[in-house]
Amino acid sequence: MNNKVFDYLLLLGDSSMILGHRLSELCGHGPNLETDIALTNISLDLFGQVRNYFQYAAKLKGEEITEDKIAFLRYPNEYRNVLLVEQPNTDFAYIIARQFLFDAYHLPLMEALSNSQDETIAAVAHKSIKEVRYHHRFSSEWMKRLGDGTEESHQRMQDAVDYLWPYVGELFEETPLEAEMKEQGIGADLAALKKQYHENVKAVMEEASMQIPETPFSHSGGKKGIHSEHMGFILADLQYMQRAYPDMSW
Amino acid sequence: MTVTTNKVVDIIRQVSDPEIPVLSVMDMGIVRDIKVDRDQVHVKITPTYSGCPAMDMIAVEIKAALQEEGYESTVELVLSPAWTTDWITENGRQKLEEYGIAAPLEESADKLALMGEERIVTCTNCGSKNTKMVSQFGSTACKALFRCNDCLEPFDYFKCLK
Repeated sequence: MNNKVFDYLLLLGDSSMILGHRLSELCGHGPNLETDIALTNISLDLFGQVRNYFQYAAKLKGEEITEDKIAFLRYPNEYRNVLLVEQPNTDFAYIIARQFLFDAYHLPLMEALSNSQDETIAAVAHKSIKEVRYHHRFSSEWMKRLGDGTEESHQRMQDAVDYLWPYVGELFEETPLEAEMKEQGIGADLAALKKQYHENVKAVMEEASMQIPETPFSHSGGKKGIHSEHMGFILADLQYMQRAYPDMSW
Repeated sequence: MTVTTNKVVDIIRQVSDPEIPVLSVMDMGIVRDIKVDRDQVHVKITPTYSGCPAMDMIAVEIKAALQEEGYESTVELVLSPAWTTDWITENGRQKLEEYGIAAPLEESADKLALMGEERIVTCTNCGSKNTKMVSQFGSTACKALFRCNDCLEPFDYFKCLK
C-alpha cells in the first residue's frame, strides 16, 4: 500500500513542481514588477507544497531516498505531471491561461484531498487550500482583465485558451492508480471535480467575454510518463546541478 | 502550548523571523510546542506558507540559540493544524504596524480589501484609510502590496490567512 501512496504523491507533486518550474523561469522576466512578484510567489507556494509531498514520499520509501532525489534524479518517463503544466511561457496570455486552467482544477482537488483518509495528505492539502485560493483569484482576475479588455488583449487571451484547451481533458482522465486511491478514500474523485471545474471555468470565461473552445480533441500521456517535447528541456534545466554535482546541497 | 520552563521560552523568544526581523518567532505563532526533558529540548514549528523559505533558517537559529545556553534540541516541522494569522500575538501585531507592515484584518474585511472594494487598510506611514492595493502578492508570500493615496508611500499588508 505504501508504494501506491508513494506513486500517488509523485503524481500530485509532479504537476505542481513542473508548473512551479515554468513560473520560476519568469523570475525577473515578468511583464511588470507586480506580476513578476506574483508569479514567482505562486511558484514558491507550489514548490513548498511539492516539498511537503516529496518529504512524505521519501519517509514512506525509507532507504536512501530523499526529497531531492525524487525531485531531481528521475528520467523523463518517470515524471507523472499532466501535459498542461509543461507548456511553455509563450506570452503572458499563455501564462495566465495555463495558470487559470490549472488553478480551477487545483483548488477543488485540494479541497477534496483535505478530507483524505491519509492524515499527511490531508494536512498538506488543507495547508495548500488557502494558498491555491490566492492563485485562483489572481489568474481569474487576469483572465477577466485581458479577456474583457481591448480587442487585442481579448484575441490573444482567446488564442491562448484555444491552444491550451485540448490539455484540460487529461486532468480528469482517471488512471488505475487514481481509481484505487479514490476507492481507498485517500485520493480525490476526479469525476466530481470535473463538474465543479467546468462550472467555474464557464462562469469566469463568461465574465471575461470569452468562448469555451468546442474542440473535442484531448492530449494525454503525462500521467503515464509520456511527455511533450518540452519536458526534456525542462528537466535539463531542473536537473543540471544534481546531475553535474551529485548529492550537492545549498 | 504545554507548560515549560520559562527560560527556554525566553531563549526562543530571542529568535526572530528572518524576513520580519522585529518579530519574534513566538509572536508570529510559528512555535507550536516546546517540551523540555532535562537539557534536551524538543520544539515544534509550523510554516506560515508551504513555501516559506525562512523555515529552515528559523529551525537552525532556534537550535543555535538553545545550544548557546547549553541545551541540545530537535526542531520538528508540523503541518497540522495549519497556521493562521490569528496566532500572531497582540504584541506581534503592534510590532508589525510599527515596522511598517499593516496587520491582518478579519477574514471578511480582508476579502473586501484585497478585492479593492473598500478602503479599510490603514497606511502604516500616515494613518490614512485612503489606500489602494497595488498587488495581491508582495515582497514575501504572506504579504500584499499597498499604496497610500494621501502620502503616496507604498507599504506591505500582512494577508489574513485562516
